[in-house]
Amino acid sequence: MAEVHLWSGLRSLADGQEVVAVEGKTVGQLLDGLVKAHPGLEPAIRRGVSVAVDGQIVPGNRNHPVDPDSEVFLLQKLAGG
Amino acid sequence: MTRRLHVSTTLNGDAVDFLCDPRETLLDCLRDHLGATGAKEGCGTGDCGACSVTLDGRLVCSCLVLGVEAEGKEIGTIEGMADGETLHPLQRKFIEHAALQCGICTPGILIAAKNLLDRNPDPTETEVRYWLAGNLCRCTGYDKIVRAVMDAASELREAS
Amino acid sequence: MALDGQKTAYTYIGTTPDRPDGLDKVTGRARYGADISLPGMLHGAVVRSPHAHAKILKIDTSKAMALDGVKAVITRADFPDGLEGEDWNLQENCMAGDKALYDGHAVAAVAATSPLIARDAAKLIEVAYEPLPHVTDVDAAMAEGAPVIREGAADFSVPDGLHPNVVRYFDSGRGDLEQGFAEADLVIEKSFTTEAAHQGYIEPQACLGQMGGDGRGELWVTTQGHWFVRRMCAAILGTEATGLRVTPSEIGGGFGGKTTVFIEPLSLALSRKAGGKPVKMGMTRSEVLRATGPTASASMDIKMGMTKDGRITAASGTFRMQGGAFPGAPVDVTTMLAFGNYDIAHVRQVGYDVLANRPKQAAYRAPGAPMAAFATESVLDELCRQLHLDPIDTRLKNAAREGTRATFGPKYGPIGLVETLEAAKAHPNYRQPLGPNQGRGVASGYWMNWGGETSASVAISEDGSITVSIGTPDIGGSRASMALMAAEAFGVPYENVRVNISDTGALGVNEPTHGSRATYASGLATIRAAEDCITKLCKRAADKWEIDAEAVTWEDGCAKPSGPNAGDFPPMPIAEIAAEMGETGGPISGHFEGTPAGFSGSFGTHVVDVEVDPETGRTTILRYLVVQDAGKAIHPAYVEGQFQGGAVQGIGWTLNEEYIYGEDGRLQNAGFLDYRIPVASDLPMIDTVIVEVPNPGHPYGVRGVGETGITPPLPAIANAVREATGKRLCDLPLRPSRVLAAIRGKG
Repeated sequence: MAEVHLWSGLRSLADGQEVVAVEGKTVGQLLDGLVKAHPGLEPAIRRGVSVAVDGQIVPGNRNHPVDPDSEVFLLQKLAGG
Repeated sequence: MTRRLHVSTTLNGDAVDFLCDPRETLLDCLRDHLGATGAKEGCGTGDCGACSVTLDGRLVCSCLVLGVEAEGKEIGTIEGMADGETLHPLQRKFIEHAALQCGICTPGILIAAKNLLDRNPDPTETEVRYWLAGNLCRCTGYDKIVRAVMDAASELREAS
Repeated sequence: MALDGQKTAYTYIGTTPDRPDGLDKVTGRARYGADISLPGMLHGAVVRSPHAHAKILKIDTSKAMALDGVKAVITRADFPDGLEGEDWNLQENCMAGDKALYDGHAVAAVAATSPLIARDAAKLIEVAYEPLPHVTDVDAAMAEGAPVIREGAADFSVPDGLHPNVVRYFDSGRGDLEQGFAEADLVIEKSFTTEAAHQGYIEPQACLGQMGGDGRGELWVTTQGHWFVRRMCAAILGTEATGLRVTPSEIGGGFGGKTTVFIEPLSLALSRKAGGKPVKMGMTRSEVLRATGPTASASMDIKMGMTKDGRITAASGTFRMQGGAFPGAPVDVTTMLAFGNYDIAHVRQVGYDVLANRPKQAAYRAPGAPMAAFATESVLDELCRQLHLDPIDTRLKNAAREGTRATFGPKYGPIGLVETLEAAKAHPNYRQPLGPNQGRGVASGYWMNWGGETSASVAISEDGSITVSIGTPDIGGSRASMALMAAEAFGVPYENVRVNISDTGALGVNEPTHGSRATYASGLATIRAAEDCITKLCKRAADKWEIDAEAVTWEDGCAKPSGPNAGDFPPMPIAEIAAEMGETGGPISGHFEGTPAGFSGSFGTHVVDVEVDPETGRTTILRYLVVQDAGKAIHPAYVEGQFQGGAVQGIGWTLNEEYIYGEDGRLQNAGFLDYRIPVASDLPMIDTVIVEVPNPGHPYGVRGVGETGITPPLPAIANAVREATGKRLCDLPLRPSRVLAAIRGKG
């Protein structure tokens, strides 16, 4: 189980939880697991999120590996100029 | 359709002629009728200097000159600045000093800077900055441009 | 996440050779967006709304079509229905549907045999409007009773009870604000505004599009990202992406503003309607300012607490931004980076993305970061002043460093904020004596940088020279950086490498040159593609020597036997392998495709000295210092150029630049005379210090450097003006009238 930290705007969509434990070996599996556990997160995740795994932002890569003890943060989708 | 006018002029030392609508600017004529696209249109109102050329040796924004006004005049553009393969020292110094990033303002700034050095071979930094105040550059912050112009001026003075 | 084998000693990296495109650019040969013509080409022109907000009742194109030389007229009716989300936003922005949403919104377009006929024809298109109430200010747009720009535009995130113009809501933070503020000896709360600033690229949008009735076409365009252009045009036109081949021209500046489309789909639609004749289009400067993306305007409330010895105990910010008539103001990034410089236990950021009757905002250099920095670094400065603390020492005390938990959640890897602060403190500019009416300001800023989808190929020519094909347009000299990285990877001279920006038909998808990603991501891709190529070069040498490929290494541009049993062969240079490749297995090339995830942010610290004229309120920049972490500077002269250019854009935003709307909602200053970007005589030299804290996620340690530099100038200058005048100005720009009013006690 990896622990996924939600930014506070997402917490209301996940029954107020700040940290959600989800099964998954990749970023994609974690996101799918999150939506399964908390369907309210679906529109936010569909709109696009960036995921930070152990401090590294891994945008657009559902296949990025996640260890059980990885620290995972969902961040707002990012783009640059 | 407006009747087109015939204009005979000199471009970088070569006799050329073209037909143009009397409403067309010299910049339009250079770019669309003479194939000289080195002068750029950044504003069309004389504010950015990207279209700078010389007309009988005088520095002008070619977007503020009508094409028909070039009749019988001598136009100098960036395409005529180098001597064959040999770059003008300003052109060389701009490359050496990394004085361009996107490069869109570069032809106009080179024409303006050469016009300055033709008049004043030993300008101060302030004189360079004020002379080039009509040439906008959004990339560089002007630092390296001013350095390149000062360095080219110094080289030209040593050579003369 | 360190990658293996990061280099530390370099032959080519860190040198400053001439850029490969320099000669073309100083001789006028370089071809930009408007510099290409084709036989039989038509010229396009656009009809734009003179109203800030109006119903479009009727468009009569008959008089225009009757004009000699007019070949096609298009309106929204020529585009497919049924688009959703951002595709719909883009289509609606490129060509208005039922309503014109801002002054300058396109409502029709025409193609004719000359630019003058196209312009005349545009004037003959008659549009009947029913003007509607409008709103252009962010606070007014979310107030009760404000005209609704579009019903139902809000997404899931917006809490109940807010005005329908609020379309996205952001809320992030941690800790206990109440406890944090209770721990402070001084709490300061202030409100700030920043106006919209335009990217101000000197080259207006321009393109030459051609499309047949079969949806196949070509587009020559000035853009930061031609795959983005392809995808957006295909979506807007309802065609298949690969049917369109997009070739990027040289680009005359972008700064984020050329990551999207405006006239490009119009040129293709006109071409299709005109039987496939190519259509050239270019914007005037007035069109650029009225109808392409400036950045968002912002209204912000900041509260920060500090102990007497300079420790930040808590911080909170509310950020309201309008990004025009569509969702997308970068308030998401604003809330993320607002307090990102510091280690703060108790923090909260709230953001509102608000619609208003202005053009759809586009990314502008570190989108969202400069506004936030203006507000937060101004409050931090005020705390330092009132507590008599040195602004650099105080920042050092609170600075984020490796292992600090960022205010947005994750822990930072190796970062260079502390190093930039120390270098700024040690610089002579920080000790220059100041005269009357002069002041010094300090501020730090951050941009997190970007990786993004990236493809690159490297191919060996018959003579052993090397072609690198990348997909990120070169705005500021990145071809030189790619060539240096390829030279380093292969161990061959810089001059033996040619870097091309490929069209959309020649590589896999590439994100634009945005997010400060080109040198990082295309650089990493170039190095990885070179390594792929080197493996193949080594194999050819091994085959010739009849030894195992594993027993061959690559050094200084040559294959060499390695290990005790490899045999004794003289090094085989790349030229020798290349000369024989036709008989040893054919072409040799290397590739990389991926989304590099090892990017890492760049911090900067700026120190500025100003003099404020007490008679006129005019602010003059006396000295300016940029210190920034580049990770590793590949071509230091162009790194300095990014620092200087970013700083000067920030100076313009702070002192001069603003969107001025009249009571009628029309833009009052749609030209470079009145939208005044900095000119050479406004400025001193811009001093730079490159700090290098290597990014472990790049083979050579590169961080992006392009964007950070625009973030610190806004607060740094405001902080300097505070010292020079004793007045804290909280609204940008610091135009002379505003500063004078503050000096005279009216501000």
